[in-house]
Amino acid sequence: MTAKPFLRMLVTTLALAVAPLAATAQTTAATTAATTVAPDRSATGGATTLQDILERQKGLQVDDSYRSDALGDPAHAAPITNPLGSLGGVSQADDWRALRYNKADVTVSSHGPASDVLIQDSGMTWLKFRQGPLATYGGWALIGMLGLLAVFYAIRGKIRVDGELTGRKILRFASVERFAHWLLGGAFILLGLTGLFQLFGRLFIIPLIGHEAFSPMAVAGKWVHNNVAWAFMIGLVMVIVLWTAHNIPNKHDLKWLSVAGGLFSKGVHPPAKKFNAGQKIIFWAVVVLGISISVSGLSLLFPFQMPLFAATFEHLNAWGLPQAVGLGELPTQLAPQTEMQLAQIWHAIIAFAFIAIILAHIYLGSVGMQGAFDAMGSGEVDEQWAKEHHGLWLAEVKAKQSKTE
Amino acid sequence: MKSMYLAFLAIGVVAVLASVGLGYVGFSAQDMTSSSNVRLSQ
Repeated sequence: MTAKPFLRMLVTTLALAVAPLAATAQTTAATTAATTVAPDRSATGGATTLQDILERQKGLQVDDSYRSDALGDPAHAAPITNPLGSLGGVSQADDWRALRYNKADVTVSSHGPASDVLIQDSGMTWLKFRQGPLATYGGWALIGMLGLLAVFYAIRGKIRVDGELTGRKILRFASVERFAHWLLGGAFILLGLTGLFQLFGRLFIIPLIGHEAFSPMAVAGKWVHNNVAWAFMIGLVMVIVLWTAHNIPNKHDLKWLSVAGGLFSKGVHPPAKKFNAGQKIIFWAVVVLGISISVSGLSLLFPFQMPLFAATFEHLNAWGLPQAVGLGELPTQLAPQTEMQLAQIWHAIIAFAFIAIILAHIYLGSVGMQGAFDAMGSGEVDEQWAKEHHGLWLAEVKAKQSKTE
Repeated sequence: MKSMYLAFLAIGVVAVLASVGLGYVGFSAQDMTSSSNVRLSQ
């Protein structure tokens, strides 16, 4: 599979995951596919019926185009001499519906990209999702990962070097590589902690310390999150430049994966170059999730300047993917605030997945494996460690050394 | 370990530069997101 179709498939998969949110958060007049037969509205003169209300109460999707499209008829306005003729074919109810569905031709004297959206009601959906499923499932995902790592440690213990340590050190990562790693990693930890603090602060911290103490901490956390993000992005670019060539999959990866890298059994050491298949999975996860979280983060850092979702949904609709999974066409006209809400939700979903993966990485790079931290600490590892975990890379390094001598 | 400590220092430096730099060019997310009924035209 070449890179382009793979990337397209990946983006599509990620975007489809957030599509239901978009459908519910949509506030403009895009017509949603009704799941039920449209009721006969002749008795109400085309207005809302009891069936509409009941279906909405059951949480079913209601095609409300009968409201969003009922914006008056200036072309057939009654003569001005007639009763209500001075309204020009547009009643006040029509005006309010136009505002409600963002179809009104609004002129405002204030500045700002979103200032002409006078009614926007997807904020409640966003808030409920953020405080409900996002916090609940995201929180449990992190706890679940910590639990898995604890169980793994209890069963396998620390993965030790099987052979005798030689005492001969070999440079595994140059200083620039270690700098890039810690720039990215240090920034990630700060961003993860401050992000979780913002999301769970109201739930867990305020009951402990109160609003007054929490407020300056939240402000400080926001400053750290917004500004440390730049260090994260610089670190991400450095890591991509330094390590992409070493992370191209090769035939040895299949062998490594077939024995799970020897993680679950002592004395098993599949051959690996500079990075083994497990590290390559982590690397590509960091690249994909890192780019996605950076782009959505930039969209949040510069409000209303980088709307992402309407354009993405347009592409997805053109490929027919949302329709293929029964979502119908995704909305392609989103209010600026809705774009921001979707960016925040997406940013957080990616963050939870990212943190869960990096927890496993931190575990293996510290308490989980003897000698692993040295590779990123001092940069040097024992030859025996290198032989067991990166045998092919050690052979390459030794061959280079013998050539230069 | 020097690389690690240098990277941690760089995180702080980059963060301060970003904050000061955005302020210097006059960017304010607060202005961008202020509600229309309190932000009157200049």
